Amino acid sequence: MGTQTGIGASVKRKEDKRFIIGKGRYLDDISRPGQTYGYFIRSPHAHAKITSLDSTAALKAPGVVAVLTGPDMQADGIGPLICGWGITSKDGTPHKAPAHPALAIGRVRYVGHQVALVVAETLQQARDAAELVEIEYEELDHVIEVGDALAAGAPQIHDDVPGNLSFDWELGDRGKTDAAIGSAHHVTRMKLRNNRLIPNAMEPRAALGDYDSGTDEITLYTTSQNPHVHRLVLSAFNGVAPEHKLRVIAPDVGGGFGSKIFIYSEETVCAWATKKLNRPVKWTAERSESFLSDAHGRDHETFAEMAFDANGKILGLKVSTKANVGCYLSTFASAVPTYLYGTLLSGQYTIPAIYCEVQAGFTNTAPVDAYRGAGRPEATYVVERMIEIGAREMGIDPAEIRKRNFIAPDAYPYETPVIMTYDSGNYALAMDKALEAIDYNGFVSRKAQSQAKGKLRGIGFSAFIEACGIAPSAAVGSLGAGVGLWESAQVRFNPTGSVTVFTGSHSHGQGHETTFAQIISDQLGVPIDQVEISHGDTGKVPFGMGTYGSRSLAVGGSAIMKAIDKIVEKSKKIAAHTLEASVEDIEHAGGIFKVAGTDKQMTMAEIAFSAYVPHNYPADVEPGMDETAFYDPLNFTFPAGTHIAEVEIDPDTGTTEILDWVAVDDFGNVINPMIVEGQVHGGIAQGIGQALLENCVYDKESGQLLTGSYMDYCMPRADDLPTFRVQTINTPCTTNPLGVKGCGEAGAISAPAALMNAITNALGKEIDMPATPEKVWRAAQGL
Amino acid sequence: MPTVSMTVNGKQVTADIAPNTLLVSFLRENLRLTGTHVGCDTSQCGACVIHINGESAKSCTMLALQADGAEVTTIEGLAKGNDLHPMQKAFQENHGLQCGFCTTGMIMSAVDLVKKHGKPDDATIRKGLEGNICRCTGYQNIVKSVKAAAQEMEG
Repeated sequence: MGTQTGIGASVKRKEDKRFIIGKGRYLDDISRPGQTYGYFIRSPHAHAKITSLDSTAALKAPGVVAVLTGPDMQADGIGPLICGWGITSKDGTPHKAPAHPALAIGRVRYVGHQVALVVAETLQQARDAAELVEIEYEELDHVIEVGDALAAGAPQIHDDVPGNLSFDWELGDRGKTDAAIGSAHHVTRMKLRNNRLIPNAMEPRAALGDYDSGTDEITLYTTSQNPHVHRLVLSAFNGVAPEHKLRVIAPDVGGGFGSKIFIYSEETVCAWATKKLNRPVKWTAERSESFLSDAHGRDHETFAEMAFDANGKILGLKVSTKANVGCYLSTFASAVPTYLYGTLLSGQYTIPAIYCEVQAGFTNTAPVDAYRGAGRPEATYVVERMIEIGAREMGIDPAEIRKRNFIAPDAYPYETPVIMTYDSGNYALAMDKALEAIDYNGFVSRKAQSQAKGKLRGIGFSAFIEACGIAPSAAVGSLGAGVGLWESAQVRFNPTGSVTVFTGSHSHGQGHETTFAQIISDQLGVPIDQVEISHGDTGKVPFGMGTYGSRSLAVGGSAIMKAIDKIVEKSKKIAAHTLEASVEDIEHAGGIFKVAGTDKQMTMAEIAFSAYVPHNYPADVEPGMDETAFYDPLNFTFPAGTHIAEVEIDPDTGTTEILDWVAVDDFGNVINPMIVEGQVHGGIAQGIGQALLENCVYDKESGQLLTGSYMDYCMPRADDLPTFRVQTINTPCTTNPLGVKGCGEAGAISAPAALMNAITNALGKEIDMPATPEKVWRAAQGL
Repeated sequence: MPTVSMTVNGKQVTADIAPNTLLVSFLRENLRLTGTHVGCDTSQCGACVIHINGESAKSCTMLALQADGAEVTTIEGLAKGNDLHPMQKAFQENHGLQCGFCTTGMIMSAVDLVKKHGKPDDATIRKGLEGNICRCTGYQNIVKSVKAAAQEMEG
């Protein structure tokens, strides 16, 4: 196959056309005949008892169809929302995950908590009627910060969770780590705060339930990154409908970044309400609802100790973290500050002893769950801030100290003390390329130039690692996951030679419709415009675990490769029969099946046609050309790299200008470099957002969300960001057939540490994220 | 209910609407032109940008009645038949979009930006697109797209 559309080519995206002409089909663009509109009444209080709810007046209002509440759902046997990952505490007890009804029953636990759904003929009528629902609350004491929630005497958020502690988890060898710290030449000790974020995919969450009383089937359109997981959970746990009577469609989805993985209240309610009312029910979040009720991200308070010998070699790392999980455990909330966090604390380094303990506490805030990187940005922030600060304290160059600690390129597979086995990498190569790209040697003179202008210049590193390609089912099962994390693919040749691929991955910006088509084009010689990628509909795709954890290519792409193997195997039999040769003599490359040593051959298209018109056909081969494969990864993948940020601070205004950004990432093999670069850009932008601009703030006194709009929550805009200089190195992953590692989260994982290292390097003192002009100015002024 | 009339993508439309109908709702719900999106409720994100009498405007911040008599162009009306506008082409050529949700408003803003600035430099483009939030791309390829389109639009 020509390289124009194959693996390694920057093919322009096939999916773009519909988006640039306004024909994308996002959830709110879909309407069903007879549709009603839902409006959620939400708690105005952080913590309160619902003493009465009277919908009499609302039900008399024009156009109102129903007012539905938590007790109504309970009466219909709809189960509470679940957390799908079980964590075991140090003392052997399971995590505490209090019942989370989709609509509140008796008590509200955060501002924005879903209390009732008003359904009406128009959205305006539903909104107006919501004003007429009379709800009386008796306010209770609330708690916002996790440290406060876990302290003695804190308000109790759940009656069955004493001390608001969901779990107290540990990983690693405490004794060995304490010993390493006790005998070290130098110990760096730091408190680090990983600020709370709100994901803010640009398409607000939405759901449309559509019940067909003829077939007794519910179709739920929802903004999901993993529609089959939605179907499974809504069926098995919430009891909305049996799995075969529930179809979940996630159409074009406008970004996710983790926030659309979870099974939320609103979609559960819409799926239930459509059958109850026998009408389609549609809800689309206003942005302010997204701020209030999308699962938030991060929110860690950490104390870390990193022990060094006299040469800067790390001897041990001890990390104690308090993680704010909000008021309930969201779908994968428990995995994020544990197995997606503690397991990455070895970074790119040989660290003989690591110990991590995490206390997860409930607070009167929105649930916290995975947001781009999910646990791995928090781990990278700890490791990369600690090593940088250690280098400063010991007077060692920050690049040099990392090199002294890197796992050597010939040390793979490398087993860390925190249960990960890295398969491949070349960390020094990425570092060297990054140093060269940013002209590290010239930094001293650039700093002097800034100084001459009265500006403070700083440079900061982040040598990150992440565990992606999530994940080997047996491994995650042993760690508490409630599901397997394989992926499926169905590769269907049509009789005329075009191909439809049904994938369980879900694209919401990642460009799967192009990247996956490139794999088919490359391997089977099909012109790329003859390949269609179908995803996001449980009625079409066999099954799927969806898209998150930079897994789509490593796991979903590998499933496609497995299906391709089956296609090739079958095609060889058909070619052998037709060409009157033995199967062993058929050679395949790029869709051409040749009898070895002859000029006799068949194309893939000819074979596919023959499979559907099997007039001259092997007796022991089934007609048709349509193969399904399920792929369960052998290991996580380990993308890694070095990012270097260079900044200039104006001490008079506290503004930070990012002057340069170099990223050298090892994603293994790359299918589409253009798309990979785009993913890195977007990831870095979100990481810079965290470090410089974004911060979710609840008022401690009132429990109100203060950053509830784009006027208050500072999203990165075009003029906040620099031009990134991005390159890759390519050490193939050894555990999947494509040799790929995943690229979606790298930027968000790496960037915060690089930027904070640069800013604190410039300031000569520590500040926490986000480095707002006020904080930077105070630090620069010595206040 | 009052009556509103305007020209949308070259077609005359007239409808009786509730007086509090937002222009974006009129376009999306009444005319089913769903390429114009709603990404926020504070006029910040720019997903709803359209052209009114040739100038970019946030259609979430206007009543439909305020556009009475106006010439409105939405993303659906930007291409001439099957010929994409240079800005649309440039976004595809330069990977200026990922999830696509902000893209339609971004393109509409960018067209107006180039009309006003000719061949804008990076800083002008970044400043000019401040009213459009993209969460996917980090803006780098959007800037590249707008620059490329500016060449085509002038030439």
